[in-house]
Amino acid sequence: MALALQQLINGLTLGAVYGLIAIGYTMVYGIIGMINFAHGDIYMVSAFIAVTAFTLLAGFGISSIPLALLLVLLVAVLFTSVYGWTVERIAYRPLRGSTRLAPLISAIGMSIFLQNMVQLTQGARVKPISPVLVGGIDLLTIDGFTVRLAYTQILIVIVTIALMAAFTWLIGSTSFGRQQRSCEQDRTMTALLGINVDRTISLTFMLGAALAAVAGVMVTVYYGVVDFFIGFVAGIKAFTAAVLGGIGSLPGAMLGGLLIGLIEAFWAAYLSAEYKDVATFSILILVLMFRPSGLLGRPEVEKV
Amino acid sequence: MNTLVIARQPTSPAERLRDAAATALIALLLGIPMIGLTTVDQGGVLRVASRWPALLAFVAACFAGRLLLRYASDLLRARRLARETAAEATTGARPAAGGALLTGIGWAALAVALLLPIVFSDNRYVVDTATTVLIYVMLGWGLNVVVGLAGLLDLGYVAFYAVGAYTYGLLSTQLGWGFWQALPVAGAMAAAFGIILGWPTLRLRGDYLAIVTLGFGEIIRVILVNWTEMSGGPNGITSIPRPSFFGLPFKPPGDAPTFASFFGLDYSPNQRLIFLYYLILGLALLTNLFVSRMRRLPAGRAWEAMREDEIACKAMGINARNVKLSAFAIGAMLGGFAGVFFAARQGFISPESFTFNESAIILAIVVLGGMGSQLGVVLASLVLVLLPELGRDFAEYRMLLFGAAMILIMIWKPGGILAHREPTLRHRRPGDGR
Repeated sequence: MALALQQLINGLTLGAVYGLIAIGYTMVYGIIGMINFAHGDIYMVSAFIAVTAFTLLAGFGISSIPLALLLVLLVAVLFTSVYGWTVERIAYRPLRGSTRLAPLISAIGMSIFLQNMVQLTQGARVKPISPVLVGGIDLLTIDGFTVRLAYTQILIVIVTIALMAAFTWLIGSTSFGRQQRSCEQDRTMTALLGINVDRTISLTFMLGAALAAVAGVMVTVYYGVVDFFIGFVAGIKAFTAAVLGGIGSLPGAMLGGLLIGLIEAFWAAYLSAEYKDVATFSILILVLMFRPSGLLGRPEVEKV
Repeated sequence: MNTLVIARQPTSPAERLRDAAATALIALLLGIPMIGLTTVDQGGVLRVASRWPALLAFVAACFAGRLLLRYASDLLRARRLARETAAEATTGARPAAGGALLTGIGWAALAVALLLPIVFSDNRYVVDTATTVLIYVMLGWGLNVVVGLAGLLDLGYVAFYAVGAYTYGLLSTQLGWGFWQALPVAGAMAAAFGIILGWPTLRLRGDYLAIVTLGFGEIIRVILVNWTEMSGGPNGITSIPRPSFFGLPFKPPGDAPTFASFFGLDYSPNQRLIFLYYLILGLALLTNLFVSRMRRLPAGRAWEAMREDEIACKAMGINARNVKLSAFAIGAMLGGFAGVFFAARQGFISPESFTFNESAIILAIVVLGGMGSQLGVVLASLVLVLLPELGRDFAEYRMLLFGAAMILIMIWKPGGILAHREPTLRHRRPGDGR
């Protein structure tokens, strides 16, 4: 019972992170209809930026935790969204209207490039940072097992909820949100109505990257270690989350993220920790087999 | 030419400078956290180190590069415009494609491949490297069926390679099967895995297939690492028997007849290397022959048609799923064959050899060589294997360069460098005289 409660907390935390990354996949898919394979690596880049920023702040002697967190978040979001913009500008924009396969291959190339770039410039070794936020609240003890809610977990959940609220407002009620949704429906018509489609797509990539940046900072704070390969597995899992929730749907991405996080946490606790990745990927295959439109998505009709 | 051509005004130098400055600013923002700053581990504590000169060089390179690129593209556009205007007047015939030249290069490459071990019979290093090149050629040709011909993006091709290698490893060490007995079984096994994976996913959009194969490659690796009783876990399978020459082993002379004693030769360890080289050459050539024959069969033509336009194919009554499944299974089978050879050559396999990086390398070979081009795969494999041999620097930067090259090639020539898509049918006007 206590273990289940603990895994529920852990799973929700993990799921929040997956959800944040999944939104990037879902938005890009919605607007240009392709999987941004480099998205997981954008998240990885942001984790590295966070490591550098935390180390730098510690060097400056900034010891206030909220201030440090806020600064690192700002820095990471800023730099990572530039990465998001550049990826779209270099690897995807020239290929709009090309063959079906070309942007996918270009995306894979970008993912390989980013991974190796980080490996070369930042080193291949695992980077450990000194713990930023330690401690937690002991909720209850059953049979000697204490259920613990770490401060980092509270932080992750609060930040995710705040971001989701802000994001729902941004997409639902602002001018940019309307432009973004309009581009999703019909790019040509949107352009005819005088909306800068290229700019909207660029902003979408930057927003996705910004959310991935927040996820990257949170994971750095949560786990305290980062290496150049974390983007690969996190990317596949977040993509699974996006597909499970229904690709193209924002609430779906969050729901899918939470479900994947929970499944992973419970699988690791009760079945086997080694095969938790296999469980996630199997879910992906099963969802694609039986419900390709996901939980909240609309079925896709392909037209000539 | 009746289409309206909106000629863009050639950009002024000031405009180009402004553009390049914007690029430099972006480069600066990109470079600060990755090139400008880095963290180094000092006795368990991270310290920030700066590399400002490197950052400066990067920004300057981006500035100059952008300036040059804009200048060149303006120049090219102006020239193309001039040529198009001229072409309107003359309507000259386009030069014929260099198909004959490519065929010639292909035969020359084959001759070199056949003669190589004879010329370098004493040089282990050359023969060994050439064998590695040929393994990649074979893998590239296998993946080419899936990606180049059928247009299905498979990001977990290495999984089928692993299935082939482990099937042979287990059959030979547990049941004592020989190389030639295990080869078809391993191929069938890999094809079966391809069908199991392809069946649920192939009716979906291509993007989903890409990510599912990526996940599948990872599943296979995780299983190989963790299912210790079956695969030996991270330690892998050791002492896998080497293939023999029709039952004659490559061993120092002993009681049983060996290859050297049977043919009355002096024993030399190079004999096995050369035999392995010819073995993979034979397998690769067989693959090539098989694939180029397949392309002329209805099934093979359906692959390429499916790549070009799936909806049109369905409208023509082609069973899309079966066509894709056959390409997927055949690609998997060829990967399985390559895996068997790999296991037999190394004598040792472990999950280390079957990471995503390997899939990425094989995909890079197919993409860089030109999707659908058999000769392109050979050239790309040569470059990919030989580049790291040139020095440690090249080895370090190899994947970085390949990633960048994949993007550039997709932008510049989506068909690949050596792509020549010959139309399968040509309309012949009556009275053409042929």
